[in-house]
Amino acid sequence: MNITQEWNDILDKVKTWARVNSPWLIHYNSGSCNGCDIEILATLTPRYDAERLGVKLQGSPRHADVLVCTGPVTMQSRDRLQRIYDQMPDPKFVVAVGSCAISGGAFQGCYNVIGHIDEVIPVDAYIPGCPPRPEAIIDGLVKLLTAIKTGAPIQTEKPEELLDVV
Amino acid sequence: MMLEMTQKEEKFIIPIGPQHPALKEPGHFEFAVDGELVTDATVRLGYVHRGIEKGAEARNWNQNLYLVERICGICSHIHAFTYARGVERLAEVEVPPRAQAIRVLVAELERIHSHMLWFGVAAHEAGFDTLFMFSWRDRETIMDILEGLTGNRVNYSANVLGGVKFDVTDEHRKTILEAVDFMEKRTKHYLNVVTTDAMFLQRTRGIGVANLQQAHRLGILGPTARASGVKRDVRVDAPYSAYKQFPIKMVVETAGDLEARFVVRLKELFESYRLIREILNNMPEGDLQVKRFPRRIKPGEVISRVEAPRGEVFYYIRSNGGEMPERLKVRTPTMMNMASVLAMAVGHQLADMPMLLVGIDPCFSCNDRGVAICNSKGDHDQWTWERLRQHGIDFYAEKV
Repeated sequence: MNITQEWNDILDKVKTWARVNSPWLIHYNSGSCNGCDIEILATLTPRYDAERLGVKLQGSPRHADVLVCTGPVTMQSRDRLQRIYDQMPDPKFVVAVGSCAISGGAFQGCYNVIGHIDEVIPVDAYIPGCPPRPEAIIDGLVKLLTAIKTGAPIQTEKPEELLDVV
Repeated sequence: MMLEMTQKEEKFIIPIGPQHPALKEPGHFEFAVDGELVTDATVRLGYVHRGIEKGAEARNWNQNLYLVERICGICSHIHAFTYARGVERLAEVEVPPRAQAIRVLVAELERIHSHMLWFGVAAHEAGFDTLFMFSWRDRETIMDILEGLTGNRVNYSANVLGGVKFDVTDEHRKTILEAVDFMEKRTKHYLNVVTTDAMFLQRTRGIGVANLQQAHRLGILGPTARASGVKRDVRVDAPYSAYKQFPIKMVVETAGDLEARFVVRLKELFESYRLIREILNNMPEGDLQVKRFPRRIKPGEVISRVEAPRGEVFYYIRSNGGEMPERLKVRTPTMMNMASVLAMAVGHQLADMPMLLVGIDPCFSCNDRGVAICNSKGDHDQWTWERLRQHGIDFYAEKV
């Protein structure tokens, strides 16, 4: 039994090491204005170069570790968001980028907008801003990765002031 | 033999995305194919429909400025510009000349960043990732300027009703001129690449041709139309704001293929550089805002047109004398150009579809990385955008 336990511990360590060093991202736009999306993309291009952290944006939810969501959730994209989340293998992490993803932002009250991301799927990290700067996105990602590494709770909590906005 | 029979009788349909995160209006495309040739194409739009027009009726004139800016994060200034222009005309307020010049200056800077963004994305779809990284690196120069001017990288909030929020100082002027010189040098290089690189020309020359008649019939707008020889540019046809003092030359190509679309957009950049220099060197003096802008706007209706990087943006605004608009109607160029993709797709290789789609500059938000699993009704295979893109690259790599 002890041998199995030790073996599992080692395996866990290797898994965490791999997870932290090469997080594969899938990006989903559930109704955003493109502002956050181009900033996410700018984060990957030479000036900011998030790929040095091992980050890779790729296409299929089945290969992804981190779901990066932008925009408020519209009626049409809600099912899609849910489905993408369900298709991702465990353990999965969700990062909500931008004011809209956190609270609905400028689109609160529009008839086709359901609201924010965490009404549909659980969110691990929030990156506020309209749109957040690439530095902020990198910061959010690093916090998420640090949390995965140490097993500590994630430090980017939902900004309180945005919760009360109706 | 049996296989051939069934393929002829039934259409073989390849669905691309239901969600296509590369486009502003993520759409579900269905290409009916005969072998490698596309015989029919349909699209389903509306995944990002948020109800902004209705939402605008519940917000006051000033709040709407904030809302319309978020219709599109790439041409956010253009939307606010169009809206502000319409409301100012309804209120019969004359915007000071300096404010108008600054608005046009930001609009042209935005055009540069938008075209560079598109250029990178299009290069990526062709499998030319080096060019993508280069153009996005250069684009950061413009983003720095926009941030220095307005305080934000993307949604600049440059406009207020009756003017602009910030001034252009001598310091700004110097940095902008330096950046424009740098960008001009780079754009010359890019123009050289897209017109001479054999690998790239294979993906663009003679592909997706829309001739003049087709362009008129389909109502194509913006650089896509100008690549087909349509002489249509709101900045020239109906000069607005500071374009009256600072006229712009229309860039028209006649080939109508993808190469022409690249060339038109890159040549437009040179016009933008020239205009930016001209505005900075002849900046009118005066106020930045009108002294007072009415909170209620008298009843009436107005149409406002502005040339966005992708074509004509059209606003219809109606007021009933209250603090909020009674109706706001927005027409964006991508919606108009989408039909042209469907028409042009027929008769082309499946491998050309990614390039055809980006050819109209369909308001790309993020670069593809398409998510694309839809319900598996029917026995056909589901393709992701990534797979389609890879197919295009491999298809042409084999031909070499």
